[in-house]
Amino acid sequence: MFTDNWNELTPEQRYEARMQAWFASEANIDFVSDEARNAWRERMQMLRDAIELKKPKRVPVLPNVDLLVPHLAGLTAHDAYYEFAKLEDVWLKFNAEYDHDAVASTFAIVFPGKLYDVVDLRLVSWPGHGTGDDVHFQYNEREWMHADEYDWLINDPSDFWLRGYLPRIFGSLEPAAMLPHLTDMVEPPVSGAMFFPFSLPPVRQMLQKLLDAGEAAAEWLQACATIDAKITATGKPSYIGGFSKAPYDIIGDTLRGTRGIMLDKFRQPDKLSAAMERLVPLAIEWGRSAADMSRQPVVMLPLHKGADGFLSDADFRKFYWPTLKAVLLGLIEEGIVPWLFAEGGYNSRLEAIHDPDIPPGRMVWMFDTTDMKEAKRHLGGYQCIAGNVPGSLLIAGTPEEVDAYVKQLINDVAGDGGFMLCPGIVVNDANPACLQAMIAAGKKYGAQV
Amino acid sequence: MSEQQQDLVSAIVELREADAAQLVDERLAAGVDPLALIAAGQEAMDIIGKQFAEGVVFIPELIMAGEIMKSLSAKVTPYLADQRSAKRLGTVVLGTVQGDIHDIGKGIVATMLDIAGFDVIDLGVDVPAEKFIATLRDSHAPIVGLSGLLTVAIDSMKATVAAIGEAGLRATAKIMIGGAPINEQVRAYTNADGWAKDAVAAVDLAKSWVGGA
Repeated sequence: MFTDNWNELTPEQRYEARMQAWFASEANIDFVSDEARNAWRERMQMLRDAIELKKPKRVPVLPNVDLLVPHLAGLTAHDAYYEFAKLEDVWLKFNAEYDHDAVASTFAIVFPGKLYDVVDLRLVSWPGHGTGDDVHFQYNEREWMHADEYDWLINDPSDFWLRGYLPRIFGSLEPAAMLPHLTDMVEPPVSGAMFFPFSLPPVRQMLQKLLDAGEAAAEWLQACATIDAKITATGKPSYIGGFSKAPYDIIGDTLRGTRGIMLDKFRQPDKLSAAMERLVPLAIEWGRSAADMSRQPVVMLPLHKGADGFLSDADFRKFYWPTLKAVLLGLIEEGIVPWLFAEGGYNSRLEAIHDPDIPPGRMVWMFDTTDMKEAKRHLGGYQCIAGNVPGSLLIAGTPEEVDAYVKQLINDVAGDGGFMLCPGIVVNDANPACLQAMIAAGKKYGAQV
Repeated sequence: MSEQQQDLVSAIVELREADAAQLVDERLAAGVDPLALIAAGQEAMDIIGKQFAEGVVFIPELIMAGEIMKSLSAKVTPYLADQRSAKRLGTVVLGTVQGDIHDIGKGIVATMLDIAGFDVIDLGVDVPAEKFIATLRDSHAPIVGLSGLLTVAIDSMKATVAAIGEAGLRATAKIMIGGAPINEQVRAYTNADGWAKDAVAAVDLAKSWVGGA
């Protein structure tokens, strides 16, 4: 529990407790100067004000970078996944040269290549392992869950994960498929045989791999924590306390895949719905446990398969939104701020997502290609919106075009607060002059509203 | 031609997979001309393509319709012997550009082009420029389609277009690009001949280039 009296607190009080804990992290930051401390306080307040639909001192400007940072320093993607020792300087240099307001916590944007090696990750390809040395990770779209496995997932999700999903996405965990069904271990006299699989050589090798994986994970987390602490010390807050996902995306991204879930929607819609409902409490717990550990209130949910074009409006309302909404309500009940990253376009969803059951000023909608004027029209005064400088503009545009885009965007949507400026995508590649232009324009025009 | 197959057209348009399969089985068993069944499928896909362009149906419906068409095609093919299925419009070389391994968008485009009457050479994903060039030389295809989902694909497309130009193939092959980050600005940046926002637009563009629109 986040506080001793957690169960007695209202959602409002829980939100306040998490916000206070986030701001209280100041005591643990070894700021490089008083100026940095003041800048940190000011930026934290701007973020909080924007979330709460107030008019911040200035529009917060977030660069949404990950692989761009090592790229700008001349490192390859492969370096970024494996050479943690080189990343600290690179990230500090970026934060010194680009005067933005906050970056995502490093654990979300630095990737553990060695860990992926140890666990033999099959779900994605990554630099040197299926993508080029200088290309970021990409999903390997397969039916990691088979079409006839919905009942397994619905009846016992943890067992499906342990013996079905994980052995497929991690080569090193393949032997987990040989493990017993753990809930069969009800009492000692009948449990003896359940331990037999642990005598099998593949299972023993798997357990050794898990120990190695633990070491690789610890090394990565240590590197992330060090980088995070040094960035924060320069006065730039980090703002992602955890992740979760929409149940439709959990199934559609990695279990059944894009194609699989689209066919299931026609061939076995009831099973799909039942599985998504089953995943709701798991998705809430995923975000809550991370936010408790990080003591940061924001939990990010990247949204994928509910975008414009991926479902009709009727199907969005039937298949996508109800279980996502349940996850959002569950997180908000825990005092968490869901930060939805609506990748692609959400133009046809704006009516559906303005849902009166969700309390105002308790979440963030970060948009990619969505028409921001329309987003403001639907969500203004209801939830904070963020976005949406196009990734293509940062690559193929000029600094002047970026300046004009930002000016128009701030003019269109920032007038009464509740807005943060950021690219519509996570930036792996960009013309540095364009990114600088975005930040400069954000600060210039964002101070005038 | 497909008046007698109207129930099959409807079954496909309405994505009634089992009904469509049953109708195809029945017609083939009754000795109906297999080309008439394929024509019915094309008619249905035309309707679905129009519904997609109008925003009535979406990607899941295209994928499901593609599944039904694949199954129809598999059932009909053994009856076709040496007959060509229909007039072919030309060859399109298609691939996801180097650095990007996304397959689904390109796959939908390939299916839709095939159903529309193009012969598609699908080079897969993470395709280097040299492979596009070699395939264009071998096939003399008048159209090449470059697909990509990620921003990394933008520079890869630009390099691929330049390489196709250096190989002297732009006079004989038009280049179209498509995928989530693609717009007119990216088309100009990559110097491609055209871009399409989705699979239906890609088919329309390809048809306009071979005079089949």
